[in-house]
Amino acid sequence: MLQLISLISSWAIPVMITFIPLYAYTRKVPVYESFVEGAKDGFSTAIAIIPHLVGMMVAISVFRASGALDYFMGFIAPLLQGFGVPAEVLPLGLLRPLTGTGSLAYTTELIRTHGPDSLIGLIASTIQGSTDTTLYVLTVYFGAVGIRNGRYALKVGLFSDIVGFIAAIVICMIAFG
Amino acid sequence: MINLIWLAMIVIGFLFAAVNGRMDELTAAVFDGAKNGVTVSFGLISVLVFWLGIMRIAEDAGLLQKIAKLLGPVVAFLFPDVPRGHPAIGYILSNMSANLLGLGNAATPMGIKAMQELQTLNPNKDTATPAMCTLLALNTASITLIPATLIAIRLTYGSTDPAGIVGTTLAATAVATLAAIAADRLSRRLALLRRPPEPPTAGPEDSARRTGPFSYPSAKG
Repeated sequence: MLQLISLISSWAIPVMITFIPLYAYTRKVPVYESFVEGAKDGFSTAIAIIPHLVGMMVAISVFRASGALDYFMGFIAPLLQGFGVPAEVLPLGLLRPLTGTGSLAYTTELIRTHGPDSLIGLIASTIQGSTDTTLYVLTVYFGAVGIRNGRYALKVGLFSDIVGFIAAIVICMIAFG
Repeated sequence: MINLIWLAMIVIGFLFAAVNGRMDELTAAVFDGAKNGVTVSFGLISVLVFWLGIMRIAEDAGLLQKIAKLLGPVVAFLFPDVPRGHPAIGYILSNMSANLLGLGNAATPMGIKAMQELQTLNPNKDTATPAMCTLLALNTASITLIPATLIAIRLTYGSTDPAGIVGTTLAATAVATLAAIAADRLSRRLALLRRPPEPPTAGPEDSARRTGPFSYPSAKG
């Protein structure tokens, strides 16, 4: 099953970029011109995201460099320790929705120091893999179309992060603990 | 809420830097963060340009519309107010399948394109529609079959079973996704109760690019 999924993963993109133009050609689509026409939008879209991403990255960077992030991470660490959850993984709960590279670096560090097959390494890997960086997704997706009022989207995203975080810990404690 | 979070990160950062005596680090962090934002955006250019080109071919060939019709019922449940057969559905499906396969650099361009398509249905251009919020919820939870990056890292550090986290990750991501869908549904209801929906009207300049008229049945909310 796992082999099949990873086979599909590695074949998906090559098959798509071959099959789509081929199919389109049989439908008399001028494939190359069509590609260039659509690709044009890519540049302006990426440029439109810059202000949003710069604004968000600066705020996160300031929050980290000031020591505030470390403080809050240290603050939440003892909260779940009572349940036998290794304290080392808890800061990920705060880090994961804020910064993808930051939490990946933190996870890598945990795996390096505690070993990939330790409970800490397994939980950290699962947390890192099970959700995406909410703030980044929100910034990029809404930034690309100029949405200023995201309504309840952020709350929903953060809520699912918390649920995913707890689920990752509970599932790993059951499976590996 | 985003305004508050943004402001809070900066103000709290300033206060902590003042107490910790880290003003120089803070200044460096400001420009570091700004540079990072530009670097990430520039990194997006290549994948966006490429995938939007490929997806335009798919759209011109009618492929996206076909997929949208085929898998429409699944998406209709999650996106009740997007008209059947609208190209947005095709992009949403592409985005979801790319996420599922862990193809991050394909998922983002398709998600952005889906957002742009949903924006054409948006009567109020600077406010997110319920469909946009649902798309966002699905992407923040980002259901993944293969966490490829982590398997690679675990392999690097000598794991005896690098793929051992696939099952737990799949379970956790499924729970997170279900929570996201449920919370999205609930928020949508609550928002409807507070404010009756405006009738959706597609701006003529937005639908002008489309070949072939799309019908916009009244939104079910």
